Amino acid sequence: MTQNVVELKPTSQPAPTGQREVLRIVIVGHVDHGKSTLIGRLLYDTNSIPPEKVKALEEVSKKRGKGIEWAYLLDALQAERDQGITIDVSHIWFKSPQRDYVIIDAPGHKEFITNMVSGAASADGALLVVDANEGVREQTRRHGYLLQMLGIDQVTVVINKMDQVDYAEDRFYVLEREVTQYLREIGITPRFILPISAYVGSNVAKTSDQMEWHHGPTLLSALDKMEVRPSAEHLPLRVPLQDIYKFDDRRIFAARIESGVLRVGDELVFSPSNKTSRVKTIEAWSSPVEPVVARAGQTVGFTLEEQIFVERGEVASHAADAPFESNVFKAHLFWLGREPLKVGKRYRMKLATARHDIVIEQVDRLVDTDTLQSQQGESVARHGIADVVVRSRSMVALDEYRALPKLGRFVLLDGYDVVGGGLISTEGYPDQRDATTIRSTNITHVDLRVTGAMRSAQNGHRGGVLWFTGLSGAGKSTLAVELERRLHQRGYHVYVLDGDNVREGLNANLGFSPEDRAENIRRVGEVAGLFADAGLIVITAFISPYRADRDRARDAARDAFHEIYIKSDLATCEQRDPKGLYERARRGEIKEFTGISAPYEEPETPELVVDTSVADEDACMQQLMSFVEGRFRQA
Amino acid sequence: MEPSVRQSHLDQLEAESIYIFREMFAQIEKPAMLWSLGKDSNVMLWLARKAFFGHVPFPLVHVDTGKKFPEMYAFREKYEKEWNLNLIRGGCPPVEDIDDSLPPAARSAARKTEGLKWILAEHQFTGVVAGIRRDEQAIRAKERVFSPRSDSGEWSFKDQPPELWDHYKTEFPPGTHVRIHPLLQWTEIDIWRYIQRENIPVVDLYFAKDGLRYRSLGDQDITNPVPSTASTIAEIIEELEHTSVSERAGRAMDHEAEDAFERLRTDGYM
Ligand SMILES: Nc1nc2c(ncn2[C@@H]2O[C@H](COP(=O)(O)OP(=O)(O)OP(=O)(O)O)[C@@H](O)[C@H]2O)c(=O)[nH]1
Ligand SMILES: [Mg+2]
Repeated sequence: MTQNVVELKPTSQPAPTGQREVLRIVIVGHVDHGKSTLIGRLLYDTNSIPPEKVKALEEVSKKRGKGIEWAYLLDALQAERDQGITIDVSHIWFKSPQRDYVIIDAPGHKEFITNMVSGAASADGALLVVDANEGVREQTRRHGYLLQMLGIDQVTVVINKMDQVDYAEDRFYVLEREVTQYLREIGITPRFILPISAYVGSNVAKTSDQMEWHHGPTLLSALDKMEVRPSAEHLPLRVPLQDIYKFDDRRIFAARIESGVLRVGDELVFSPSNKTSRVKTIEAWSSPVEPVVARAGQTVGFTLEEQIFVERGEVASHAADAPFESNVFKAHLFWLGREPLKVGKRYRMKLATARHDIVIEQVDRLVDTDTLQSQQGESVARHGIADVVVRSRSMVALDEYRALPKLGRFVLLDGYDVVGGGLISTEGYPDQRDATTIRSTNITHVDLRVTGAMRSAQNGHRGGVLWFTGLSGAGKSTLAVELERRLHQRGYHVYVLDGDNVREGLNANLGFSPEDRAENIRRVGEVAGLFADAGLIVITAFISPYRADRDRARDAARDAFHEIYIKSDLATCEQRDPKGLYERARRGEIKEFTGISAPYEEPETPELVVDTSVADEDACMQQLMSFVEGRFRQA
Repeated sequence: MEPSVRQSHLDQLEAESIYIFREMFAQIEKPAMLWSLGKDSNVMLWLARKAFFGHVPFPLVHVDTGKKFPEMYAFREKYEKEWNLNLIRGGCPPVEDIDDSLPPAARSAARKTEGLKWILAEHQFTGVVAGIRRDEQAIRAKERVFSPRSDSGEWSFKDQPPELWDHYKTEFPPGTHVRIHPLLQWTEIDIWRYIQRENIPVVDLYFAKDGLRYRSLGDQDITNPVPSTASTIAEIIEELEHTSVSERAGRAMDHEAEDAFERLRTDGYM
């Protein structure tokens, strides 16, 4: 079938006249620093509040014994007015002569961080409000930190309530320095830092007579200088499936294009199932022309040439720049749960439209947002921020957050409740896509006439894999070589596969990137499986730090696989340091060195643990010999 | 590199609403959609048909107070047939059965909440799509896209679930149901621009007659028309670009007491 892949007109129509860009701004900062007041005042000064509402506002304020409270425009709940604080986020619309705005008023009280994050997550830019009296406080910093985490780097700071410090220039400069220093440390360069009085309306929409020393713009013109987030169209294609509809004889895949451009005729790969098919049509209801292209931000339907079975949660992309696949990754996490995060507890993860059962395997560090110091810890308390290692039961299609945010972030659920959000880093772990993809097709397995039983009868022992895993310097090679010698003496058919040897031949084309390391182990696993089939006892001596890699090696050799953990603590290995590698890794000369700058995942249920930090070599050998005699000797 | 085509603001709103509809349909077991016959409801219905390629794969519910304008009933009969809708008509209790501590117009409006509760109880819906918008009213400005309600229909606005990025709250303990709000981000003028762009039918009452038109349609006895000469969609848009009167100015219940609307909403009003 020939496809007409000529691009017609874009499916979106040009904006009608009078319809302008809309910028979303979130207002954050410590409790009572004047966020809601500022918004109320900004709307008033730009004539955005209907007169009847201003009157109502005056009346309510008076009834509550106050001069006009601009904050009541947003703080509409009785509980908010009674307590004088914002509880939940409000969205309010306003226009400047330049463009339209959605202003998101976040609460500053510590108790409502969750609401603040909900409001800030969708913003293009932020205003951080600091009270000139009180200065930088706990939530000023935490909000700043969360903005940076949420990827909001357009931040303008206002030093508010200048009327209460007599519009003092020196007070402003002290605070300006303090805020800038904190924000710089977390990677935010504020666009503007402006002195204002929200209550009086100084420097909000109009320049202030009281602060002639200030030469910067008004808040309103500073807002007009912010930009909407750029389109994700030029990024790699990501299309997470939302649903599959069968209202008639078509099978329509419903999805939003999170990034990139989708065209009729495109060859798609779906992750993590790794199935492929070609886009047949792009479907639209009530569209005058049948679309042939869909772009980032559009919510579309499409049909495929081949009928493949894929479900909600799979991510379509082009093969050339498909997402990363892994069941383990690092994440920068903010915790919102009432219960602290527990290592080892099962949570549900939502990433784009996919769901996975996960555990937090380890907490690498906790971040104190006041001091920006790292701390060690096993659990993360409510509103805490931490670096963690996430392990999923199933393979996850994901991206590095900084590169492709839509597939690089997730939320965690405990039971029915969202308890945290995380940003993914793919650093230190291999992409497992290649290792899980069978590229050849049309394979028919050949059945051999010599069976395993016949081979072991002839050899006098069964074949099998002794898979040694452990840190560098734990003693894998030493023990492997000695075990091979002793078994050979006793008449066993035995062979050692060692790292350096294999890399000279079979794996000469592989380097040391996480992907290449995974491929190295995959090949060794397959070869070991074949040797075991042939009746040999194979001893492998590889660090093999990732559980997923070892599990695949187990799949290759099935029952013949025996995982043997050559155990020794890091300190002991580092002290031994036979090849001087630890020293070089500590100096930063070797990157991603297992145990130092890359993870080692201990075996969960190894067939045997040989602890070389407590037993001497001879005792270890005896332990290994009796294991082999017990398992492999043919009765 | 080819230039990128920035989606227009209406395209973005449309895409987001369709996304919300599809999330709802994929994850909510037994949904229904409120169809109040007003402009927002009609836009919402249009978006549902876009999301599901011309189908509306769940029932619509019209909670009938019996006090709507005759034009609205006529509109309902016409499009129910024309668009092949699965429409459930529900009644409401008389005003005498409603909490008499509420101010009169709010008390009258609360009948609709009770009517909705009846339908929910009868059909056991686990999700209800409603066409409210954040720009309409300061309490609605605090709503979530997926907003859970207790089994008695109550909205716990002091303890709303987080809504991070587009991960809506879609799992609940048994007994709760969820309100889904696909139009939350739209403004009144967006609605009219979209009606214009897509050619969506609306009730004639929105267009000025003898110097008056309705901006918002509720029950006859508690909704007042506003002075206006806008008799076409283009004129309405023009009017909205310049007006300083708020949309719900004609809704009596919004002006009775400081907490009237909050009390209605806490109890399950839309
Ligand atoms: N004198 C003076 N008072 C102000 C100014 N801005 C705000 N206030 C007062 O500070 C108090 C707190 O203001 P809000 O706007 O409610 O503070 P907020 O930051 O929104 O507080 P939360 O939302 O609860 O975090 C109110 O009583 C305001 O009237 C200002 O510029 N000058
Ligand atoms: Mg506030």
